[in-house]
Amino acid sequence: MAPEVSATTTWTVLVATSALCFATKLFGHYVPQRWLANATLQRINALIPISLLSALVVAQGLVVKTHVVIDHRLAGLAVALAALFARAPFPVVVVLAAVASAVVYHLH
Amino acid sequence: MASAGKNGLMAQLPRTTLRDALSVSLTVGAYGVAFGAASVAAGFSVLQSCLFSLLTFTGASQFAAVGVVASGGAPISAIAAATVLGTRNALYGIQMAPLLHVRGLKRIAAAQLTIDESTNVALAQAPRGVAVMRAGFWLTGAGVFLFWNVFTLAGALGAKALGNPASWGLDAAVPAAFLGLLWPRLDTTFLRLVAGASMAFALLITPWLPAGLPILATALVAVALGWRQR
Repeated sequence: MAPEVSATTTWTVLVATSALCFATKLFGHYVPQRWLANATLQRINALIPISLLSALVVAQGLVVKTHVVIDHRLAGLAVALAALFARAPFPVVVVLAAVASAVVYHLH
Repeated sequence: MASAGKNGLMAQLPRTTLRDALSVSLTVGAYGVAFGAASVAAGFSVLQSCLFSLLTFTGASQFAAVGVVASGGAPISAIAAATVLGTRNALYGIQMAPLLHVRGLKRIAAAQLTIDESTNVALAQAPRGVAVMRAGFWLTGAGVFLFWNVFTLAGALGAKALGNPASWGLDAAVPAAFLGLLWPRLDTTFLRLVAGASMAFALLITPWLPAGLPILATALVAVALGWRQR
């Protein structure tokens, strides 16, 4: 796979992400507490990580560029899901997913 | 940290607070390995991966940034997805600032350490008083910072040594890591519905938008469902 990503892209993403994420944190320490009072804002904010992490699961596991693709990664995700249902700890989930995916990749 | 020692807080710190801080810090280390590996697999160098953990220091945002780059998304999509994921840290800051009551450089340090783990451990100490809440925040923040960065380096070096990500299943380990981050948050039927709807929406719009953008657009599902929820 080893994606072709330019140094400009990686440095831009690194610097801008770091600056904006720090600014966001600092913002929270400087704004008045009453800004927290908006209930709708709080509800949406609590759901955003769930939506984005869900999107990242499928975007990384089932997508190549702009196509939905079923390949060896799905085997890894299925095993990860089973491991999570079985209450396996995080490192076990990730390693089992990697092993399952690698096995299917090499069988192909 | 320093002030906690000076005020003798460490001496009176309940054992459970210390245990909370330490166990959270160590657990996060495991995610650090996954991030370092994901970052290198996405095309970032080992140095860049380490700088990410030192400077951005908020796990889900870091995963999102390298994830969007890995899926061929434009830098702006990666930056926007990471920033949107990081907005919750501002809400944590609003909660923590009056408790910590720090100025100047310590405020800068407090801001950088304001993440899921430090805030949650601090808030969980509420029955034990403000001093213990503060100590919980600093201990967890510093502990996570240390382990997160050391393990990012380990993961990045490991992934670099392995080579082709698909051959070692690394391309499946990354979405599995996202699933592992997501799983503990899905503790109500409504939240599971949000996750299912978000996955379906992301897949549905994938063929119609440039790579990486569907991830960001899925925030609309959170807005729509959060707006209506009562």
